[in-house]
Amino acid sequence: MATKLVKGNTAVVVGALYAGSDCFFGYPITPASEVLHEASKYYPMLGRKFVQAESEEASINMCYGAASAGHRVFTASSGPGISLMQEGISYLAGAELPTVIVDIMRAGPGLGNIGPEQADYNQVVKGGGHGNYRCIVLAPNSVQEMCDATIKAFELADKWRIPVYVLADGVLGQMIEPLSFPEKAFQPVADNSWAVAATPETRNNLVTSIFLDFDQLETFNNRLQKKYAAIEEEEVLFEEQQTSDAEIILVAYGISSRICKSAVEKARAQGLKVGLFRPKTLFPFPKKQLQALAAGSGVTFISVEMSNGQLADDIRLAINCSRPVELVNRLGGNLLTLDQVKEKILAVAGK
Amino acid sequence: MSEKITCTKGLYKEFSRKGGAAPTATHYCPGCGHGILHKLIGEALADFDLQDRCVMISPVGCAVFAYYYFDCGNIQVAHGRAPAVATGVSRATDQVVISYQGDGDLASIGLNETLQAANRGEKIAVFFVNNTVYGMTGGQMAPTTLIGEKTITCLGGRDPMTQGYPLHMCELISSLKAPVYVERVALSDPANVRNARKAVRKAMEIQRDGKGYTFVEVLSPCPTNLGISPVANNEWINQEMMKEFPVKNFRDLTAEAMAFQRPQSDFSTASLEKIFDLETTVPPVSGATVQGEAQVKIAGFGGQGVLSLGIMLTQAAQAAGCQVSWYPSYGPEQRGGTSNCSVIVSDSPIGSPIVYQPDLLIAMNRPSFERFKNDVKHGGTIIYDALMGEVEIPEGCKGIAVPAQELADQAGNSKGANTIMFGVMMATGMTKLPDEAFVKALEESFAKKPKLIPINVELLKVAKAWAAKHF
Repeated sequence: MATKLVKGNTAVVVGALYAGSDCFFGYPITPASEVLHEASKYYPMLGRKFVQAESEEASINMCYGAASAGHRVFTASSGPGISLMQEGISYLAGAELPTVIVDIMRAGPGLGNIGPEQADYNQVVKGGGHGNYRCIVLAPNSVQEMCDATIKAFELADKWRIPVYVLADGVLGQMIEPLSFPEKAFQPVADNSWAVAATPETRNNLVTSIFLDFDQLETFNNRLQKKYAAIEEEEVLFEEQQTSDAEIILVAYGISSRICKSAVEKARAQGLKVGLFRPKTLFPFPKKQLQALAAGSGVTFISVEMSNGQLADDIRLAINCSRPVELVNRLGGNLLTLDQVKEKILAVAGK
Repeated sequence: MSEKITCTKGLYKEFSRKGGAAPTATHYCPGCGHGILHKLIGEALADFDLQDRCVMISPVGCAVFAYYYFDCGNIQVAHGRAPAVATGVSRATDQVVISYQGDGDLASIGLNETLQAANRGEKIAVFFVNNTVYGMTGGQMAPTTLIGEKTITCLGGRDPMTQGYPLHMCELISSLKAPVYVERVALSDPANVRNARKAVRKAMEIQRDGKGYTFVEVLSPCPTNLGISPVANNEWINQEMMKEFPVKNFRDLTAEAMAFQRPQSDFSTASLEKIFDLETTVPPVSGATVQGEAQVKIAGFGGQGVLSLGIMLTQAAQAAGCQVSWYPSYGPEQRGGTSNCSVIVSDSPIGSPIVYQPDLLIAMNRPSFERFKNDVKHGGTIIYDALMGEVEIPEGCKGIAVPAQELADQAGNSKGANTIMFGVMMATGMTKLPDEAFVKALEESFAKKPKLIPINVELLKVAKAWAAKHF
């Protein structure tokens, strides 16, 4: 298996190419721009299609077009760009089009700055645009997972006909680690049962999100909710580190979970019963698993995030507020430090 | 009389997607121009045998339900975004794509997408229905509303002092280089409809032949929202609208334009391995074992090679089969001012990739030295450029002033100061990596300029020899 040192943003493009994506449309924004750069380099080399769009609105709508035609398509951006894409993502959800969206989060609100943050959580995990929809959200925490999650995102997008996010942050996008390249490239096949591919077989197909009749739209919405419920049953991914006897459980995703991993090791070395629960899918959120952990006696959760308690809210909802959920966070482009997490652990442990 | 006309070519016989009691009637108002234009486009689709290889894009506006009618693949899209969606379909399929839009959709909310798709010369046919008014939303002012024309959002008539002037789309589009064919036509009387038919067919022929972007603007009646009779509306088009929007050809490069095809996508594993150069991966140093973890911070001016020195160390760690991570300061910081990167080399999976308390600090300039020196762990080492002169090393740390440029110059390689630093890093043993790994890293770094490898390996030796004498 070939291994190379690559940036997280590059690993996304590697994953997409091995997943059989043949269309990329994007617009520059730090700290996601390397995805655009690498796609502009590699897609044309393979006869695949790259367009630097005029805006994020155009990018996501170009994705809507290629996805309608049944092609594996993706785009990448960061907070302000994702905000602009929300209209298009709502349409993708309404038309049930498989598309992969990579969000390399930066600090907001507004123009904010280009430092890493995790504050797109709500707009990405909760739908984000208008209407009763959800997107699947994968949260990698290493360069290897940036590639693997992107491949998985294409699989899930096709399987469920749904937009799928790979949600990462400036650190994961910018950092370099060794990447084991996939062994085999996927050969994509358009699904002629719904795609509008400009072919005789798909001539009668229609891609739309319009349901004029209220009852029909309600039926459609209910069908979407059933789909989301099925996704919650089947697609939850998570990782645990020493949670079985833990009295304090850190909950974190993405880069924050890497910091927590070190924090757990340090705390255990001091004899503290600390564990880490890491959601790898944010929708579907690992509710049942957190509920099971909350059922243990005397557990306190600490949400470790680079946002204002957006993840903490979901933990509380998942466990129905049955146990305390503390928050340790940084905002504004600042990274959580190991010391900060350790201090919080000690405070919660009453030490 | 020739054959009896039972239905329009290229359109469905019955509009089952529309539903309702009149399956062959459109949803358009009496006297509306959309029906005529649908018929002209449908005919061209059928006559040029395009229905099996064509996608029609329905906009937001009165033509939002164009998919009720056109017998081809159909996609309905967001307001104003049709040219972007059309771009996506066209790039993906390389087939015939039609973007059918009204004046609010195309010239207001979608103006950017309209101009940019035209400017890229996308292989799409844009049909632009200009009736000077928002239809579906109930008669508001459009970008093409005439001066003095009354709508429900300019009750006193459009006043250029507050509402600007009518936008001339054909004129704008034909100021661009890429479009192949740009024409304005009207549906106001039989003679104009015949000309419109010609323009529609011309545009569809250009699409059939894959020659590029076409734009046909169609002056069209909207008696409902203009509040006049269809007959009066058509007269108004001829007498008033055409003064503002002259009906004519703006561009016809059909003869010169070359057909072009998009390439086929290559999905093979072999091609991927080739473009990522996977065959030439450097095998790891055999038998190397690293124990523990080393946290390294490298800092200096942007342009001093700080980030690439960090990458070389990362390559060395990978060559030694270690876990490794590299994380830069990124963005404007790296394009001026100071720049730094964190490298962690470890025998086990790495937690946070950010180095706060380095075991080893490489400071290439004084501001970086001052910024990070107090973060260095007790017992840690600071390697800094001797050109900085006198510095104060924090207690418990070791300072190594390296005359990097001087050593490089002496070795006859004035560009090799960073390799000297790299060599001193190696000599400290702080990174826990074997010397062979540093050599491998140089080989990989200079893989594209192999001539430079021996010179740089020599510099490593120079640095090591210097280090042996000095610490």
